[in-house]
Amino acid sequence: MGAGEGRKVGRSERAPSNIPTVQPSLRVVGKAHRKTDATAKVTGATRFADDLFLPRMLYAKLLRSPHPHARIVRIDPSRALALAGVKAVLTGKDLPIPFGILPVSQDEHALALDKTRFVGDPVAGVAAVSEEIATAALDLIAVEYEPLRPVRDALDAVAHPEPRIHAYGDGGNLHKLINLEFGDVEEAFTAADLVREDLLFFDGNTHLPMEQHAAAADWSADGKLTLWSSTQTPHYVHRALAQVLELAPARIRVIATPNGGAFGGKSDPFSHELVVAKLAMVTGRPVKITLTREEVFYCHRGRHPTLMWVKTGVKRDGSITGMHFKSLLDGGGYGSYGVASTYYTGALQTVTYPVPRYKFQGARAFTSKPPCGPKRGHGTPQPRFALEVHLDKIAEQLGIDPAELRLKHLVPPNSLTANWLRIGTMGLGACIEKVVTGSGWKEKFRKLPDGKGIGLACSSYITGAGLPIYWNPMPHSGVQLKCDRGGGVTVFCGSTEIGQGSDSILAVIVAEVLGLDPFDIAIVTGDTDLTPVDLGSYSSRVTLMTGHAAIQAAERARDVIARHAAQKLGIPPERAAFADARVFDVERPERGLTFGEAVQLAEAAEGTVGTVGSYTPPPSAGKYRGAGVGPSPAYSYSACVAEVDVDAATGIVRVPKIWIAHDVGRCINAATVMGQIEGSVYMGLGEALMEEMAYRGNRNVVHKIPSLLEYKSPTTLEMCDVVTYVVEDPDPNGPFGAKECGQGPLLPVPPAVANAVYDAVGVRIDEVPITPEKVFKALRRKAKGEEPRYGPDRFPDILWPEPIRVPPPWEGGDGRAVEQSDGRTVGPKALPVGARR
Amino acid sequence: MPDTKAKIALELNGEPVEVAFAPHKTLLEVLREDLGLTGTKHGCELGECGTCTVLVDGVPVLSCLVLGLACAGRRVKTVEGMAEGGKLHPLQHAFAELGAAQCGYCTPAFLLAAEALLAANPRPTRDDIKQALAGNLCRCTGYIKIYEAVELAAARLRGEVAEPSQESLYGRR
Repeated sequence: MGAGEGRKVGRSERAPSNIPTVQPSLRVVGKAHRKTDATAKVTGATRFADDLFLPRMLYAKLLRSPHPHARIVRIDPSRALALAGVKAVLTGKDLPIPFGILPVSQDEHALALDKTRFVGDPVAGVAAVSEEIATAALDLIAVEYEPLRPVRDALDAVAHPEPRIHAYGDGGNLHKLINLEFGDVEEAFTAADLVREDLLFFDGNTHLPMEQHAAAADWSADGKLTLWSSTQTPHYVHRALAQVLELAPARIRVIATPNGGAFGGKSDPFSHELVVAKLAMVTGRPVKITLTREEVFYCHRGRHPTLMWVKTGVKRDGSITGMHFKSLLDGGGYGSYGVASTYYTGALQTVTYPVPRYKFQGARAFTSKPPCGPKRGHGTPQPRFALEVHLDKIAEQLGIDPAELRLKHLVPPNSLTANWLRIGTMGLGACIEKVVTGSGWKEKFRKLPDGKGIGLACSSYITGAGLPIYWNPMPHSGVQLKCDRGGGVTVFCGSTEIGQGSDSILAVIVAEVLGLDPFDIAIVTGDTDLTPVDLGSYSSRVTLMTGHAAIQAAERARDVIARHAAQKLGIPPERAAFADARVFDVERPERGLTFGEAVQLAEAAEGTVGTVGSYTPPPSAGKYRGAGVGPSPAYSYSACVAEVDVDAATGIVRVPKIWIAHDVGRCINAATVMGQIEGSVYMGLGEALMEEMAYRGNRNVVHKIPSLLEYKSPTTLEMCDVVTYVVEDPDPNGPFGAKECGQGPLLPVPPAVANAVYDAVGVRIDEVPITPEKVFKALRRKAKGEEPRYGPDRFPDILWPEPIRVPPPWEGGDGRAVEQSDGRTVGPKALPVGARR
Repeated sequence: MPDTKAKIALELNGEPVEVAFAPHKTLLEVLREDLGLTGTKHGCELGECGTCTVLVDGVPVLSCLVLGLACAGRRVKTVEGMAEGGKLHPLQHAFAELGAAQCGYCTPAFLLAAEALLAANPRPTRDDIKQALAGNLCRCTGYIKIYEAVELAAARLRGEVAEPSQESLYGRR
């Protein structure tokens, strides 16, 4: 079904190997295109959710809990209801059905039913004729709380199993425990020349999209609900609305408005979406809600603060004999994507350098804070930081250049990893060479003057998850295509434009197949009434999955049109070529028809020219419980070199320049690839140096800095120069060979900066963000002759479950778990939870 | 609590306009809610992010911190006023060409802040651009395509024939 596989017209045949044909005849794919929505965005014409104003519209506000953990004793909305202009007040009992993005974590209520679980947890919703009146009404809702002991962080959760935040999970305040073993790592350590252990911590941070979440709902008298929302996942919102509101999905229309930034923060169904829908149903009027910036911090679903312990055995040449990795995630008050996030902190350690034996233990704690979830890189930037800093230390101990260490030990292409992930193309070696050469690494590493340093790190990321979030055998992405007799083409797809350029991907791909200009293609996306399901803009899945679906639909349309155009031209259909909005004889290009004329012939003969395409990822190799997280049709690769200036007097780290190389497989739109890589570097830099979700240290667990001023993110004055190398190693599983580029290039930035700080001043900052205080403290320790390091000092004892033992491919396994010592069989059961952006 | 509406006259995007609104409203609210110009966005409504930037008498201001009443008799320019006669402003054209607008939410503010910069300094250095745009947050682009777009538009506004560099669109290979 891929680009190279269907019948190609006017194009070279596919080479008989798994190396995709270099396609010199590509006319549209790979070029730099203006995005289809660029003009609307630079003129202010794009309608974001809060730009909707509907006749007789009401405004909604949410009352939020002032307690981090409390039982709701009583709610009395009567005084609010009596306020002039207030049309409705909802509380938990009005929306009692729980929901949650993962089937295994249906632990949220639109409005707290009996308990609140973080400061900011929604308790009541008001609709009024103005935002001012709705806000005033919140103060009139009387809520009596019985405060419970809050849980400050993951260590606190381990130490205090009671009182429990949720009644479900893997015991006490631990939401999820994972124990996976791929071969005997203890034996692997005895075979090593060096065994090293490190402890690292990656603090939580948030997406901070410039657009505050907003949603508007309309309930029509014929019993139909329409919800407009700044969501990355209209399909999952559609499902949540049907479940919680007990409406037939056929009576619900969800329209994803263009997202003003998302980065994973708009991929859960949210309280405010459900509340505004219910308020529209109750009042019979359109209702809109726009969160304040402070409320966006409470929605969160951002990076899990993660404590990590890693132990690796290596030979003298740097080859890894085995690795044992432990992670402890601070999940916040609800499940969200957290089970998948936890698996992700252990999934991708094996896809860059060969790890013949691997053990992963992961735990996610419930805490009394806004829920964590998927942020760009979902669960993998934390372990990547740990692994790449750890490897930097190993390289130093072995006396090997860290770039050489990595280059000498690359996972081979077309191979299986110890945890049964199937690698396709693997461009990491090329990436390392690009940044090493470009940055002048060999002349700089350990040779720069004191205070200046250079560091290197690498990474890999999935191009879409192999399994959907809820178990089903249907495609992950669908496209419908309509050819107009005027020569235009409309593409309908459920994908969601969040700024990454997904609409343009559809236009470019269909234009390529049908020989049109991308601006001849109309794009309709993100509307559950109009478009076939695409699972959403997360897990870097959109280009690959919608791309394949679009290719299939377009090739089917091309075949229909070619048949009738060829008949008219008196040639066999295989000779019909499509380019420059014409259909012509490939052997005599002057003989042809316009594309519109060709569509008319097809329409006259066969009726309306409409086709469909869809895509389902290949089956995973792993068959054990937990094997659902990690598999992907293709893995992208990145390498990064960061240069830093460290001021020893203040501990301030500045990053003047970053060199990044990314293996994208193949560019579909080169301009958006550049934008995604640069944007990823920016976000990685923010996480490396300054971004953190901070909470007050006292028992109230209040968010310290829910504002754009105090939550530090890089401005133009902190952003570094970026040199971007685009490496194209086309993957047969990608459309035209394309792999992801929207998340992967973030991952190597924090460890590259940390490694550069060590090169500059000789202190290890084993904790992100690398703030001036941490650098300063480490420098003080170094000056006193203590360990020149800042970072965590212990990983708590956790009662892990019996491991699921899965032999690696080279130890005779078949991807299934083996029976445990106690005779219980574990697996074969893949957990149907997916990855997300 | 119900305010009597105030009415002011101002020059909006080159045209005289009269508008009535509750007197406590900010310029941001008046533009979006009373004048229907939703091209001006908000990211915090506290003066922290720059997303609501518009020009008042040619100077970039945060419209969430300016009272509508304070704009009586002033010249206000929003993103809707940048394109003329169906033709994009060179800054808009360059932002579209280079992908300096990803999600596009902060874009109107960056365009207006950049327009004010170029009016005062037709040949800005990269550092001049960084300083002029330091009050505007963008989470998508890492600012790089924005700098390049401002430089490209500046060259074109000076009458030079300028195109995006290959490296800017395709990276190094």
